[in-house]
Amino acid sequence: MSAKSLLQLKKISKVFSRGTVDEVKALNGISLDVKAEDYITVIGSNGAGKTTMLNVIGGVFPPERGGRVIVDGTDIAGLSEYKHAAYVGRVYQDPNIGTAAKMTIEENLAMAVLRGKSRGLRVACDKQRREEVREALAPLKLGLEGRLSALVGTLSSGQRQAVALVMATISRPALLLLDEHSANLDPRTAQIVLGLTEMIVKREKITTLMVTHNMELALRYGNRLIMMHEGRIVVDLNHEQRTGLTINDLITAFERASGSKFNEDELLLRG
Amino acid sequence: MGVVGNVLSFSCYEGLVFGLVAIGVYLTLRVLAFPDLTVDGSYTLGGAVAAVLIVAGVNPFLASLAAIGAGFCAGLVTGILNTKLRIPALLAGILMMVGLYSINLRIMSGANVSLLREVTSFDIVADLLGMRSGSIVVSIILALVIAAVVFFILNWFLRTEIGLSLRATGDNEQMVRSLGGDTDKNILLGCAISNGLVALAGAIVAQGQGFADVGMGIGMIVMGLASVIIGEALFRPKGVAWLLVAAVGGAFVYRLFITIALRMGMAPGDLKLITAVLVVIALAIPYIRKKARREWIPPAVRW
Repeated sequence: MSAKSLLQLKKISKVFSRGTVDEVKALNGISLDVKAEDYITVIGSNGAGKTTMLNVIGGVFPPERGGRVIVDGTDIAGLSEYKHAAYVGRVYQDPNIGTAAKMTIEENLAMAVLRGKSRGLRVACDKQRREEVREALAPLKLGLEGRLSALVGTLSSGQRQAVALVMATISRPALLLLDEHSANLDPRTAQIVLGLTEMIVKREKITTLMVTHNMELALRYGNRLIMMHEGRIVVDLNHEQRTGLTINDLITAFERASGSKFNEDELLLRG
Repeated sequence: MGVVGNVLSFSCYEGLVFGLVAIGVYLTLRVLAFPDLTVDGSYTLGGAVAAVLIVAGVNPFLASLAAIGAGFCAGLVTGILNTKLRIPALLAGILMMVGLYSINLRIMSGANVSLLREVTSFDIVADLLGMRSGSIVVSIILALVIAAVVFFILNWFLRTEIGLSLRATGDNEQMVRSLGGDTDKNILLGCAISNGLVALAGAIVAQGQGFADVGMGIGMIVMGLASVIIGEALFRPKGVAWLLVAAVGGAFVYRLFITIALRMGMAPGDLKLITAVLVVIALAIPYIRKKARREWIPPAVRW
């Protein structure tokens, strides 16, 4: 494993509705050092701060003052969301968010090819791009490379999520964020999308953070596992520490680290 | 030319000119999903700027370009109100429409400016073609050339990288941002181009009718909407080029109806009501159909 840090989170806090009765401390001074080519799975119950953390990395909102998000040596905390996109690709839980329904597959991919580049007056879908898009879609083996002019809205949600995955990775961003991206799919389709994820992440060697509710998935994929609770990272297991662990071991580790009982809701979500 | 020829050629000219308004409305409403009511004000703005400049001795073509610039700026302000100050699109447009009314009065130093004694773009084109000034053929040729230029530029622009990002913004703003597109900038650009086109239409109409008037833009947005809806219903367009053609085609059909209605002796003052009723019917039909099929219907949009 490479020792170079690709993403460093330093003292990241996030408070919502500050000063009101609804005040929520969503993130509580998180620090995380992600090495290049790490594939980290992130678990935790609702409200643990998983998605808030991804939103801060993705630039949807800035962290509280003093927090730093360093990608490849550059502090990007506080930059607007579209500038974060140069560093961070993201796949959302809802395939509708990651793709544009009224545009063709080719147009969607062409938008993604231009991630982090300045957009100019060159025709967006020319021959060269079409080839690039075909090559990116072919390994999915879904036949999408032959349907470039189909509107994305006509695809099934599994196909859309596969397209979203390719869109997030086609321009090789430094970092890939997966926010429960298989949770909205039926089990078989989820399996396919997870398999495609594994293939793309391995092939492109993209540093990846995958948020999931599913402990089994968190143990099966990636090389490192972190568990969040009340805006903190309470468990952080590297590859060796994680090997051979069962879901029950995880629950024990969680209870020891967080000092609170694992409640039934979360047990139901073991999947 | 018989009566039919007269009606058709007149509608042809008007369809092409108001087709610019329809394209403008199509750009904001359909491409950006931004219902922009600035149109009523920017249309008059275009007429006023062109008329005042022509009276001041500026070349009518340059005056028309200046009108485009003025409309462009008006659209830019609407976009800024929405993206930077987070004022809802409809309200931003209404504020601009109201504000522009006063600005237009200031520009014209009154309620109207006459161009009857001035040389307009139409006169120059008639001269070039060696035809009688005021001939409908001259009007159609001028309008056709302008519409064709606008068509080719937009058909190219909407396929470029910037154009693609602009179209995607109306479809899925969140996605565009997550792919590194500046959605605020796209909305500004779209509103600006749209109102530039609308102002150009105002400038041409003012020159064609021989005056600019502070009330000339009233109901323009509804007319543009009617044209877009008619165009979509008749041509069921797919792809950028056809959508642009459908907007102009819709404007032609709409003006044809209006011209026929006027010929049949309908009072000109009633036309706006009829247009409004037409749009209401067109907007209500999908809802009534769904209701009849007992489909789920989302609640009405309030903003």
